[in-house]
Amino acid sequence: MRKDRRKFLGAAALGGALAGCASKEGAVEVTEEPSLLGKPVGAYGERSPFENVKRHLNDTKTPQAASSRTPLHQLHGIITPSALHFERHHSGVPHLDPAQHRLLIHGLVERPLVLTVAELKRLPSVSRVHFVECSGNTGSEWSPKGAPDVQRGFGLASCSEWTGVPLSLLLAEAGLKKEAKWMLAEGADPCKMSRSVPVEKAMNDAMIAYAQNGEAIRPEQGYPLRLILPGWEGNINVKWLRRLHVADEPFYTKDETSKYTELQSDGKARIFTFEMDAKSVITSPSGEQKIGGPGFHEISGLAWSGRGRIEKVEVSIDGGKTWKPAQLQEPRYSKAFTRFRFPWEFTGVETIIVSRAVDETGYVQPSRQELIAARGTNSQYHNNATKPWRVAADGSVTNVEA
Amino acid sequence: MWRRSALAVLYAGVALAAEPKYKLGRAATAEDIAAVDISVLADGRGLPAGSGTAAQGKDLYFRRCSKCHGAEGQGREEGGPLVGGKGTLTTAKPLKTVGSFWPQATTLFDYIRRAMPFDRPGTFSNEQVYQATAQVLFLNGLIGENDVMDAKTLPKVAMPNRDGFVKDPRPKVK
Ligand code: HEC
Repeated sequence: MRKDRRKFLGAAALGGALAGCASKEGAVEVTEEPSLLGKPVGAYGERSPFENVKRHLNDTKTPQAASSRTPLHQLHGIITPSALHFERHHSGVPHLDPAQHRLLIHGLVERPLVLTVAELKRLPSVSRVHFVECSGNTGSEWSPKGAPDVQRGFGLASCSEWTGVPLSLLLAEAGLKKEAKWMLAEGADPCKMSRSVPVEKAMNDAMIAYAQNGEAIRPEQGYPLRLILPGWEGNINVKWLRRLHVADEPFYTKDETSKYTELQSDGKARIFTFEMDAKSVITSPSGEQKIGGPGFHEISGLAWSGRGRIEKVEVSIDGGKTWKPAQLQEPRYSKAFTRFRFPWEFTGVETIIVSRAVDETGYVQPSRQELIAARGTNSQYHNNATKPWRVAADGSVTNVEA
Repeated sequence: MWRRSALAVLYAGVALAAEPKYKLGRAATAEDIAAVDISVLADGRGLPAGSGTAAQGKDLYFRRCSKCHGAEGQGREEGGPLVGGKGTLTTAKPLKTVGSFWPQATTLFDYIRRAMPFDRPGTFSNEQVYQATAQVLFLNGLIGENDVMDAKTLPKVAMPNRDGFVKDPRPKVK
């Protein structure tokens, strides 16, 4: 300690600019050995050893058919670091060599086509920021108990910049026949996960992505190729894409019949429910956090819609009695996370905070009660209800049990 | 290669979509497609040759499925239930299974061939897939023990919840 001090004084005398921090007495104290050099340059970066933000894993006997959740409450801005993007696999992450991987387009096309990954990358590409959200996200909130924190309740949603080739371009190359209405999108994972995609979506804004946040897509996100269907439920954004089979009918795969359909209270289930409706959640402060007493706090959160841009987010600091508009971070992308912020003076009196999103179609995020009135409680998927958090007098934040 | 196949299509007089612009990749051959095409449609298109009965699939199911799905298909921690739940879809605790919920029997063949057994997906012969499919249908009381499941019979299995699905009414209805 004393030695450090001496070194600091010496260095300061020489005019060296050093990082320091204020000590109790207010004097700046050095926290580093100025005479030691830092780490050399490195080939691939790592985060600070002081940072340990993690995905949340469920306890399961089949970790290859499981999910991990994004720590939304510990992230900033709108981009989810690739390493923290949520996962949902049905048979584990395959080990795919991009030199061997092929994409086959066949069925109701004039020219069935095989492309290598290298060939695909030569085609005109686009980069777009889009969220991917599992339709099972927030499924916990159908039950009155709900999840204790935002990671467990909302962490099956992430947002990345995706780069790839518009699917419409590839389908024009292959030449769609006029009977073409649907296509099976199939992964190269061990279970060959597959979903039926309507041709209109494929020709609209779908892309075959090969990059995520500037580098190759992570293995757990579909390396080397992933189908991105902006704004549509995560499962249909087929990872490890190896085949598109164009047909006149949907295929009724297990993941669009048994799973990812929504049972209503009359016993009928909604099928092919693709769009993720407008949704928002306050990520800070949120469940299981504790804010530091009365005074200023910035409320912050995320809003997104599978039907376009977020137009407005309102925040209530009195449990939904009154609402005020939040500031939206620009630029706002379509079908992407939008960060909202709201200045707040916490008075130290227990209250409930909640946010509500409106998208460019005018759709207003419903409350849990409104959603249940329309669908019952057996729907399982597509829960986009508003999320109230209780802030206790001591600043501790908990899930509001409905 | 590309040119030639495009011309062949032209000469055959088949309706041609606009000429390809970038001409990358190569024309897929019948062998390329056959090597990976495992698609099955609800009307049975794509179902392969072969057949199986529940009687033939009983032992296979016991050895390769029951450790995760239970001897009677009742489900275990490793794998969900495959049987039961009839009449529960309107209750507070719906049990969605092949028998109570699935609209098509073809989906069962398709899914087992792709994904099951979970620990060794894609290793069954088509015969074995037909047998395992028949056994799961039999455990649900949907076919008899000796009913032959093949490309013709499977799409005709009367699934109880065949008409249980409705189009997405959103955004009109929340
Ligand atoms: C090692 C455990 C395991 C074994 C063995 C296994 N399964 Fe499965 N099965 C699973 C898991 C896990 C899932 C869910 C996979 C997912 O998340 O998509 C599943 C899903 C299923 C489903 C879909 C159920 C539904 O309603 O959605 C069927 C049908 C099925 N298995 C049939 C079989 C058959 C038939 C066999 C034997 C040939 C078999 N399984 C062997 C673990 C297993």
